[in-house]
Amino acid sequence: MPLLAATGLRKYFGDTRAVDGVDFSVDEQRLVSLVGSNGAGKTTLVNLITGLLPPDGGQILFQGRDVTFLPVYDRIKAGITRSFQIVNLFDALTVLDNVRLAILSRENKIRRAMSLVENDAEAREETEEVIDEFGLTERMDAPAGGLAQGERKLLDVAVAYALRPKLLLLDEPTSGVGTREKGRIMDRISSVVRSRGLSAIIVEHDMDVVFKYSDRIVVMHEGRVLAEGVPDQIAQDTRVSTMLLGRR
Amino acid sequence: MDIVVVQLLNTFLYAAVLFLIAGGLSLVYGVMRIVNLAHGSLYAVGAFVMAWLVGRLSVAIPPALLLIGLLPAAAAAVALTGMVIEPTVLRPLYARAEEYQLLMTFGVLLVLEDVMRFVWGPTPLSASTLWGSFGSSTILGSQYPTYNLLVIGIGLLAAVALWALIYRTRFGVILRATSQDRRMASALGVNVAAVYVQAFAIGCLMAGLAGAVVVPIQGAVLGMGIDALVLAFVVVVIGGLGSLEGAAAGAFIVAIVRTLAISFFPELELAVLYLIAAVVLITRPAGLFARP
Amino acid sequence: MRTMTLRYFPARLGAPALLLVPLALLLLAVPYALSSYQTLLLSYGFALAIAALGFNLLLGHTGLLSFGHSAFFGAAAYTAAFIVKYAQLTSMEAFLVGGVLSGAVIAALFGVICVRYTRIFFSILTLALSQVLWSLAFKFFWITGGTDGIRVPTPALLGGAVAEPQDKVVFLAHQYYYYVLVVFAVCAGLMWLIVNSPFGKSLQAIRDNEVRAEFVGVRVRLHRWIVFVVSGIFTGIAGALWAPLNGLATPDVLYWSFSGEIVFMAVLGGVRSFAGPIVGAVVFNYLKTYAVGRTEYWQLLLGTVLIVMVLVMPEGILGTLARVMRRVRRLD
Repeated sequence: MPLLAATGLRKYFGDTRAVDGVDFSVDEQRLVSLVGSNGAGKTTLVNLITGLLPPDGGQILFQGRDVTFLPVYDRIKAGITRSFQIVNLFDALTVLDNVRLAILSRENKIRRAMSLVENDAEAREETEEVIDEFGLTERMDAPAGGLAQGERKLLDVAVAYALRPKLLLLDEPTSGVGTREKGRIMDRISSVVRSRGLSAIIVEHDMDVVFKYSDRIVVMHEGRVLAEGVPDQIAQDTRVSTMLLGRR
Repeated sequence: MDIVVVQLLNTFLYAAVLFLIAGGLSLVYGVMRIVNLAHGSLYAVGAFVMAWLVGRLSVAIPPALLLIGLLPAAAAAVALTGMVIEPTVLRPLYARAEEYQLLMTFGVLLVLEDVMRFVWGPTPLSASTLWGSFGSSTILGSQYPTYNLLVIGIGLLAAVALWALIYRTRFGVILRATSQDRRMASALGVNVAAVYVQAFAIGCLMAGLAGAVVVPIQGAVLGMGIDALVLAFVVVVIGGLGSLEGAAAGAFIVAIVRTLAISFFPELELAVLYLIAAVVLITRPAGLFARP
Repeated sequence: MRTMTLRYFPARLGAPALLLVPLALLLLAVPYALSSYQTLLLSYGFALAIAALGFNLLLGHTGLLSFGHSAFFGAAAYTAAFIVKYAQLTSMEAFLVGGVLSGAVIAALFGVICVRYTRIFFSILTLALSQVLWSLAFKFFWITGGTDGIRVPTPALLGGAVAEPQDKVVFLAHQYYYYVLVVFAVCAGLMWLIVNSPFGKSLQAIRDNEVRAEFVGVRVRLHRWIVFVVSGIFTGIAGALWAPLNGLATPDVLYWSFSGEIVFMAVLGGVRSFAGPIVGAVVFNYLKTYAVGRTEYWQLLLGTVLIVMVLVMPEGILGTLARVMRRVRRLD
């Protein structure tokens, strides 16, 4: 049984068919890249899966459970988390606090008002571990707003990861950073994902990154799935190359 | 039958004045995204200026002329006040969080309230002689003060004039463009700063006109601005921030409710209005006619 | 000056913590060092400080600007008056319980309506709802005493365990002052705990980025409602403390201009610092007393100060002080 199985997903914005009948599935422990030109519907698909938007049609099953209209909170508890295309962090809080918040939330400690957050040694330890896994230890006490773009991207992913999801959705985790840094970021992400046995869906534009790190690639075009398969298959798919090179 | 007609006309009267006040508030928000807490105080300034002018000049001049001459004068005075306020204290805050605008305009409110007290003293000013000199007319078989009918007329005229300004003039196009997308308008060559001052001035003009027009009926009292502000908020909440049609509709609804409430539950009048606002905010947060 | 690092307190507590002890001693000495009038003034200041702290939990920490806090303050004052008038109890503890309950109930009700919205709509809603309360108190004058208000006599402290001298002023300037001080200290301590707790962090997260907060598993609306109720409770305690000082519960502490004063207090002291509202409330109290005493036009003064502050010193007294100190340290 696949971890995530979406069938017939549709999302329209007025006349625009952002997602127009998409079947999409992700198995356990797989890193799937979601590619396509701008406006292909990638981010909308991510929004449907993570619960930011309700679909106009179709169904989403997660571990066999129907999560199509499940509220965001319940999806997170079920194990679906995400990072954002435009980095979405708590800029006034430190890197430490950003990650720790996720951990406290996961452990259902987030409504404790009569204990000091600093006194929770367990949470602190785990926070430091996660920060270390993402190579951000040196910037631990810096406010998130003051980090460099690449670090912010990593932190965004780290926060989503700290929620210990089963499925991690990353929306353009390497956008806005230079090529070398892209490699570093993706190295980190893929090693973390693989070592913990998570699944990840990564929306990505950089085809080099996509081919290097993905188990499977899903190509979207104008709201539909154009092609799907392992990197070799996609590399040889003429429809894909036409779309990516020709119609741009 | 008599009472019904009078109540109906009173409703129109109340709605006309409310539309002027709330319309100004809504216009300013629509163009500049500022909620001006000092708006009610500007209305009060218009009332005081008008009452003061009437007091000074009523001996020599016939009432109709007085009205035609002084109303614009009072309204213009308030508009000028607005043209001083906007560039000095509001402009620096456009880039900042909304909370600061609320705080700033609250500060302006406090200053204006005391300026009025300083200039005109703590006792109310009256312009009722002007009101009385228009006598009463027979309408639909009932006697009704002529001045009140004039106010209703002025309200209608203002609504039409405003509508024409916004939808039928070049300035109106610029106004609407700026309110939809300030950066885009600026990129197209619109002098956004000038538009902002002008829009704010129009909003203040309406508030001032409302105060000037109402003062012969109920006098100028310290604290009238604050009551007006809360009422204007209620209207704008019902009708939607930024929409003139909404301000008109909201003004009517509030006026109707007030007339009904006064007849049946005089104690609850104010509470009912605020409750309506609360209910509208719960059910339709952006108001009935909100802009997207 | 070396920062103190106690085991149970974060290093962040630092230098200000060293000031707490001498400050506490100074405050304890006030009734014997200063006149009754000055002591009473300070009592007012500390009562208002609790209200400002409660208010700032919403603004500084959660990003919600309420123009309706007079509802909680005034309702608590009237509750104290009602406790005397209808239950024939003159116990300060009863007043405090009344303040907590009235603040909690009203905030719970208002909160359900208000916390669905943010920014302008939230602010207008709080204003509208608190005005409902004001207009009810005003109109139902046979219950609430209308503009005359209801008398609040000096209550017994700790069930009469504290001996009451005959002279009301002496009582207020001594026993009652210490009572207020203790309640203030407890409230400030609780507030500090809340702000530095996991819940407090979640509020800051909501303030910074409510979408991300939702996606980190924080139930934003629920947290907002909880903090609204907590804020109402603190402000209710303040109102209950204030009522015996004023001797009278009147509609003007239910009116929106009083809400505006609470806003001003927090902004004056600095909304982004913990102690800002405390400093702001005490300073404001002195400012108002001085202004009302010297000139009729104290609203002009208040308004001008507010305008200048928003333009030039938006971080308030403490915030500006912190900024200056950072610059000074950089010059070293």
